[in-house]
Formats: sequence, C-alpha cells, structure tokens
Amino acid sequence: MARALTERRIDWTGIFFAVALTLVIVFPLLVVGTWAFTNVWRYPSVIPQEFGLKFWYQTLARADVWSAITMSLSLATMVTLLSAIICLPAAYAFARMDFPGRNILFFSFLAGHAFPKFGLLVAIAGIFLSLNLIGTFWGVVLIQLVGTLLFMIWIPVAAFQSVDRRMEEAARDVGAGPFRVFWSITLPQAGPTIAAAVLLSFVGTFYETEGAWLIGAPQIRTLPVLMISFINNQPVIQYGAVLSVLLWIPSFIALLFARRVISSGSFARGFGA
Amino acid sequence: MSVLDIKNVTKSFSTTKAVDDFTLTVGDGELVCLLGPSGSGKSTLLRMIGGFETPTSGVITIDGEDVTRVPPEKRPTGMVFQSHALWTHMNVFKNLAFGLKLRGLPADEIKRRVEAVLELVGLGGYGHRQTTQLSGGQQQRVALARSLVLEPKILLLDEPFASLDQHLRERLREEVRDIQQRLKITTLFVTHGQDEALALADRIVVMRDGRTEQAARPDVVYREPATPFVAGFIGTMNLVDGTVANGRFAHSGFTVPLPVGDGAATLAVRPEALEIVPASGAGMAKIHRVTDYGTHAIVDIELPGGVRLKSMTREARDWSAGQSIDLKPRAFAAYRDNAAIHRSN
Ligand SMILES: Nc1ncnc2c1ncn2[C@@H]1O[C@H](COP(=O)(O)OP(=O)(O)OP(=O)(O)O)[C@@H](O)[C@H]1O
Ligand SMILES: [Mg+2]
Repeated sequence: MARALTERRIDWTGIFFAVALTLVIVFPLLVVGTWAFTNVWRYPSVIPQEFGLKFWYQTLARADVWSAITMSLSLATMVTLLSAIICLPAAYAFARMDFPGRNILFFSFLAGHAFPKFGLLVAIAGIFLSLNLIGTFWGVVLIQLVGTLLFMIWIPVAAFQSVDRRMEEAARDVGAGPFRVFWSITLPQAGPTIAAAVLLSFVGTFYETEGAWLIGAPQIRTLPVLMISFINNQPVIQYGAVLSVLLWIPSFIALLFARRVISSGSFARGFGA
Repeated sequence: MSVLDIKNVTKSFSTTKAVDDFTLTVGDGELVCLLGPSGSGKSTLLRMIGGFETPTSGVITIDGEDVTRVPPEKRPTGMVFQSHALWTHMNVFKNLAFGLKLRGLPADEIKRRVEAVLELVGLGGYGHRQTTQLSGGQQQRVALARSLVLEPKILLLDEPFASLDQHLRERLREEVRDIQQRLKITTLFVTHGQDEALALADRIVVMRDGRTEQAARPDVVYREPATPFVAGFIGTMNLVDGTVANGRFAHSGFTVPLPVGDGAATLAVRPEALEIVPASGAGMAKIHRVTDYGTHAIVDIELPGGVRLKSMTREARDWSAGQSIDLKPRAFAAYRDNAAIHRSN
C-alpha cells in the first residue's frame, strides 16, 4: 500500500542508484560479453570489426579447458556432497541438542572466517605440504570444504531451529525412529532453506580460486584458475572472455533454481504453514 | 483390553517438581480427564506416558508391561497435540498413511484404513487436501485421525481443542466422546476447562502442583469436592473462611449451624444452594449487584468483611442493589486442614 503512494512521485535517488548500479555491473559484463563474441576488434574502433564464434571454437577445442571444466564440476560436487554429509547432521545437533562445549564449537566455525583468508590458507598449505596433500584433488577438496563450513552450518541451524518440535514428536509418536524423523519430517520442513545453503556451497566452491590455486597448483586446475592464467598470460583477450561467459552459466542456473526453491518455500509459509 | 498404570511417578525439572509422586490407574476403555490450573503438571504427565519425557522416578505400565523407559515410537500410545502438529509438507492422506507405511502395511490396506478413519472423523474425501488448506477444527480432526488410524492402546489428548472457539470445541468434544465410546479406547484427556471435563469424563482427576487433589466420577467431584481447592476449581463455588464455636460457623455476622468441633473452617456453598431472604433484623449481608440472565439471575452479595458471594435465584425483580439480606444455605460443605469435615446434602 505504501508503494502505491510512492509510485506516483518520481524517485530520483532510486533512479540514480539504479543507473549507477547498471553502469557498474552491467557495463563490464557487456564488455566481456562482447569480447567473447568478437573475432577482430582493433583500437580505436568503438565496436568490434568482426563478430563471430572463432574463439569459442578455439577455446572449446583446448584439452586443458575441458579438463578444467570436469575438474571444477567434480570438485564442486564432491565438496558440496561431503559438506552436506558432515554439516547437516552437525547443524541438527547444534539446533536440537545441548552438549558441553556447544557454543564454543559453534563459534569456532565463525572464527575461521574472522582471519584474513589468505593468511589462513598459507598456514594450512604448510600443514598440507607435510601431509603430501599439495597438488592433489583431495587436498583441494579439503581446503574448499573448510570454506563451505560456515554457511553449511549456520544456515541449516537456523532452518532446523524453526522446525516445530511438536511435528517431530508427532512423527516419533506414530512410530518413526530418530533418523526417520530427521529424514521424513525435519529435512523436508527445513528443505527450501537448506537447498539454498547447498546451492550456495556449490556455487561458492565452483568459483573459489585462492584455495584451489594455492593448494592445487599446478596439477589441479579449475576453470576459474585457468581463466585467471589466461587473462594474465595470454595476449589474446578472447580466451579469458569466453571462459568468463562460460563461468556465468552455473551461477545463472543456480540463481534461477534458488529463486524457485526459496520463493516456493516462502509461498508455502505464507499459507500459514 | 488396555489398562494404564501410573505408579508413584515423579518428574523434576531443574527448579520445579512438575509431577510429584503421582499414582493413577486408567481402566480399559475408560476416559479420564486430567483437570487442573496452568502449571499443575498435566502436560508433563501426559508426555511421560507418551514417552517424550522420562520420569525421574516411578513406573508406568501398559497392560502390565513396563514402558517407563521405552521411546515413543515403540509405545502403543497415540498423542494429539494442542497445536495439531500436522506435517505441512504432506497432504492429509500422507499424514495419515505415514505411520501405517512405517508398519509395512500394503498400499491397498493403507488406503482402506485411511479412508475409513477420515470417514470416522467426518472428513471423508479430504485425503488430497493440503493440511494448510483446512480450518482449525478440520486440522484437529486430522490430528485425531492420525492417532486413531494406528489403533493405539492408549489415546492421549493434550488440550486438543484449546485453540478453537467455544462452539466448535463443544461439537468436537462430543465427537471425541462418541468415537471413544465406539472404539472403546482407553483415553487420557488433558484440559483446563472444567465444563469440558464434566461433559466428557468417566472420571476426573483434579491436579494441583503435580499431585492428585481428587480422582472421582464427575458428579462426585462436582457434588462432593474433596478439598476447598477442588470446590473452588469445579463450577462456581462460594468459599468463606470462618470459625466454628459451639456448633455454629461464623464469619462477620454470617452464621450457619455446623455440627463440628470448635476451630477454623472453610464453608463451601454453590450459588444455586445459597438462598437469600430479605433481612429480618440488621441483616447478614448487602446485595452488591443483580445480573439477569433470563432463565435465572445471579445476585452478588457482599459480606461486612468484604467477602463476595454469589447466589442464583429465579427472579431478578425481587432483588435490588443495596438491599439488606439474610443468607440461608440449603446445602453446604465444610473443610478443615484441606479435608472435608461436614456435608449437609
Ligand atoms: N521442559 C521443561 N523444563 C523445565 N520446566 C518445565 C518443563 N516442562 C514443564 N516444566 C514446568 O513443569 C510445570 C508443569 O508444567 P506442565 O506443562 O506440565 O503444566 P500444565 O498443567 O500442562 O499447564 P498448562 O495448563 O499451562 O498447559 C511448570 O511449572 C513448568 O514450568
Ligand atoms: Mg499443558
């Protein structure tokens, strides 16, 4: 109702911010997007001399690009899966049980993110070196796993806490054991929020570069790491541009999916769930 | 054929004794109402029977089998919660079928039983509905059906209709009574509505501070409350503290013959048993207010000491505020040291 009133007046501040945001966000995207579909673009022309998919063919023909894509996808999947297996039961324990050291443990997940990340990574890399984990798939999995802990614990804890205890008790009452209750009642009730956390964890891992580079280089090359090296080392801008456009795809799909999951969840709650 | 036996059960939380050395046997097919003020331990007792709390001490048996430490999913009890606690991510059918599926029943048997129980609670054909699309009364019916469909030995209801309006509550409790009689299911019903308890129960257990104050048939609890607390809790009761001397109870001018030994006593009179007559002399009390309810009138009386009493009369016209009156209790009880010492019924 308040909106209907304000809609009549022209909101100049709003327009200013909208335009500023568009320039800051959309303009670079536009430039990168244009570069990705450019065959020839020489100074001082404002638009490319020749559009085309030449560099798409060239990029996608490279073996290192394909192995990076596979590497990124399998890393992100493995990390998300492990993170879910470890964090969801832990989050449930935090939400529903009281045990000694609960609060200290809970805040320790935050502490990992309170330090400058790179410093922490270097310290971990030192440990990994002595464990022979540097340059291995599992070393990268481990380091990226640490990065997901925060929101894979905190978000699900909140989600589990908001599940009505009586619902769980009612399920126990009709004969479901604790694990069945978790699987059939608690998880679906907390579902939309947890799905969002899992998604966040997947996308976050997919784009993670610091840990992947520091622990994984040079044997393990993820797509973002490859893109950075293209941008830094290749005289041809298009390779990097094509890869960044490629990298949009997972986050775009994730965004679409997240919107559906989250809005359907709040929809159900709006009905009085 | 199910008997619930609660023996000397105590439940202590860190600071409070919610249930204190409680003993009760609920007979086969009996409906017992647990009645008591807020915090008297009704829910805690019920949750211990359902398996959601473990007694600090004492034993609970069902048909002679000790279930004191058995988890809820292994108990033959069915619980209906105040906040229906339906699973909102399942439709009505799935809510009812969940327990049957866990028992490994074949799909057609599940379907048959779910449909039968929906019919029983008056919701035939509602299986496909989402639980959030039901009214409060329908949700409570589904919650009841969810327990009934598993044919529990003991049905536990914790103020199941407290969130519903008066009219719906009355209808649903009659339905519960009908269903309970038809299925002959041993039932424990928690309420803090005394009219609900009087209307439903085979037996009422009045609780106070985790203990039984009185356990008896509704008419006995109403007519012969064992303690002043029960007297004040069930129905409307006038309670007057006074002293007995030479076979007469007295409280500032209001006196009644009471053939008990001298000492302090509490007199209990129902409004319908407290007759009032125009004062013959100075008068024992004054009328404070007269409220006409059509079928009857309630006269509020103020004793000289400030104590208020209620009397029920036929005609409002005969009385007016400020009038001096005498009190003539037709039937009353007297209590001393928390026990009845006299009844004049
Ligand atoms: N989990 C708990 N932890 C600590 N104290 C509790 C807990 N559950 C109940 N109590 C206490 O035990 C006492 C009895 O509570 P209970 O819920 O059984 O009362 P009740 O008779 O059901 O009351 P109401 O009519 O308000 O539902 C109260 O003093 C309550 O504060
Ligand atoms: Mg209660």
